[in-house]
Amino acid sequence: MTTPATTTVPPRSPATEGSLLSKLEIDVRMLGMLGALAVIWIGFDILSGGLFLTPRNLWNLSVQTASIAVMSTGMVLIIVTRNIDLSVGAILGLVGMIVGVVQVQWLPGWLGFEHWLTAPLAVLLAVIIGGAIGLFQGWLIAYLGIPSFIVTLGGLLVWRGAAWWVTAGQTIAPMDTRFKALGGGVEGALGATATWIIACIASGLIVVALGFARRQRIRFGFPVRPVWADGVIAVLACGAVLGAAAIVNSYPLPVGIARSWAEANGIAWPEGGLFIPHGVALPVLIAVVVGLVMTFLAKRLRFGRYVFAIGGNPEAAELSGINTRWTLMKVFGLMGLLCGISACISTARLNAATNAAGTLDELYVIASAVIGGTSLAGGIGTIAGAMLGALVMQSLQSGMVLLGVDTPLQNIVVGAVLVLAVWVDGLYRRRIK
Amino acid sequence: MATNDTAPLVEMRNISIAFGGIKAVDGVSVDLRPGEVVGLLGHNGAGKSTLIKILSGAYRPDAGEIYVNGAHADIASPRDAKRYGIETIYQTLALADNIDAAGNIFLGREVLTSYGTLDDATMESETRKVMARLNPHFRRFKEPVKALSGGQRQSVAIARAIYFNARVLIMDEPTAALGPAETQQVADLVLQLKKEGIGIFLISHDIHDVFGLADRVSVMKNGKLVGSANVTDVTQDEVLGMIILGKCPPGATPGPGAS
Repeated sequence: MTTPATTTVPPRSPATEGSLLSKLEIDVRMLGMLGALAVIWIGFDILSGGLFLTPRNLWNLSVQTASIAVMSTGMVLIIVTRNIDLSVGAILGLVGMIVGVVQVQWLPGWLGFEHWLTAPLAVLLAVIIGGAIGLFQGWLIAYLGIPSFIVTLGGLLVWRGAAWWVTAGQTIAPMDTRFKALGGGVEGALGATATWIIACIASGLIVVALGFARRQRIRFGFPVRPVWADGVIAVLACGAVLGAAAIVNSYPLPVGIARSWAEANGIAWPEGGLFIPHGVALPVLIAVVVGLVMTFLAKRLRFGRYVFAIGGNPEAAELSGINTRWTLMKVFGLMGLLCGISACISTARLNAATNAAGTLDELYVIASAVIGGTSLAGGIGTIAGAMLGALVMQSLQSGMVLLGVDTPLQNIVVGAVLVLAVWVDGLYRRRIK
Repeated sequence: MATNDTAPLVEMRNISIAFGGIKAVDGVSVDLRPGEVVGLLGHNGAGKSTLIKILSGAYRPDAGEIYVNGAHADIASPRDAKRYGIETIYQTLALADNIDAAGNIFLGREVLTSYGTLDDATMESETRKVMARLNPHFRRFKEPVKALSGGQRQSVAIARAIYFNARVLIMDEPTAALGPAETQQVADLVLQLKKEGIGIFLISHDIHDVFGLADRVSVMKNGKLVGSANVTDVTQDEVLGMIILGKCPPGATPGPGAS
């Protein structure tokens, strides 16, 4: 999420005129979303008497967002190709169930309990099953020509039903300890040192990437933005990364857990207690990596170019010799694969596999993508926007939980915000044209 | 009918295609030589665009053969047609509106880096070169083509067709959406490409356009070929008679559709 902002709103003539924003070549839309997020965060912080903007709440918020954010990156590509996937929540439920059964009932008999291979095998299986389901639905859509709305609406019922069949409705718990790390919690907190190292590497990469892009443009004699603008972007991006690291590193482990950790490591428990920071949570790191990989797929690879071309003009894509059907099938396969990852995250977080897991997730995932600027008409959308959309939605929800708002009212607010966001986005798009 | 001895660059023989029982193209034969412009004329719905979409690989014919340089060519997809050096500028332009000029020009034929990623810098640089030739005032390289004017979009579509060393160029109503100055630009380009030895199929319902540029015309009516003629052997009125009445004049070679 911290890659340099891609320039979807380029300056009219960068050399001569232009506001500050056009000089920076920052996506104004993305800036608007960050503004909305800031308003939501500050608003909840004031209403909750300073409870929202605490390291603890922000850390929890980041963990709660991870599962939806991962799936929203795939939903962007699906919606960009003018399709929809209503089955993601059900796929998550089925894969979560299978992953639970595999690590609780099958693998222990074969590897023994708490074997180090259990978690990697479970994750691998989740990704394979999710991907296979996605490819199958993609095949029905792309090669048999059944509308994606229908295929995935059917999928919603089929996979949810299949999730129930796995154990005849029984809940499976508890999960393997290493697997549980995927859900965050104490096992999945990476600690202060690792967090700082990751943040520093990320900052370094941002600077290198900016420098590389600049050198490339100079080499080909294209217009470049002023040096100070690149500098400001580098400082802002690195500042965001390091700031986030500082926040998650100022949220300490609960006293009891810190004490047992100290005992386990042979450290004397001091008088005032130990301040052991959580650091970034594993699911959050996974979500960020997924976001970067998906952005890379969408922006830097042929596959992504074809996905957007299909969304922009399916006939033109076909006429330029693109294998549109195979591309579409891969998009759905990718979505299924991401559902597999999210299934691991949410099963691990719950520390149980239930056949209700992921219920209504399809709506949250679609809403995230749409709030994040993905156009249902196809052809337009960004991965970063969708993940930001997921964060906005989760912020609203956990903010309302913090304020003690009733669940029905929470749904009313989230639903209204979705409609409002799309309306504002439409206004904005019409203005810039 | 032959104007010289060179083998036809492209020959379509007895092409037929039907959609739901309606014969859109019925036993049509046309050919094209290097450096030649052949105007394909006919009313809307005469089957011109359908015939040409068969050559560009968008449709597969029910019957008939295509020969490229005298050799039988199997064109099953747009990709195949491009492999034979057949490029098409569609009436609709067939641009992906949400992608910039470089992305459209290289769509389906992207330049990749040695890591297998898109080489956007090279593609943009090549786009700047080809656009400098076609439309020197073009500056909006970073914007999706949706933001471009009709003429600019047209130049992007033309750039895509000529960049990859086309040997056969199909232009489907290339000037339908253009103003007089831009129409002249397209005409100049046609003459220039002709000089380079590229064969061009020019599809139009505007006979004046075609007479100024084409060496030969082929006229279609109700899916059938009325006839073909050198433009020097027939008058515009006679060609108009072919289009409207399907009447083949003495200067033309009649086809199966002549009445």
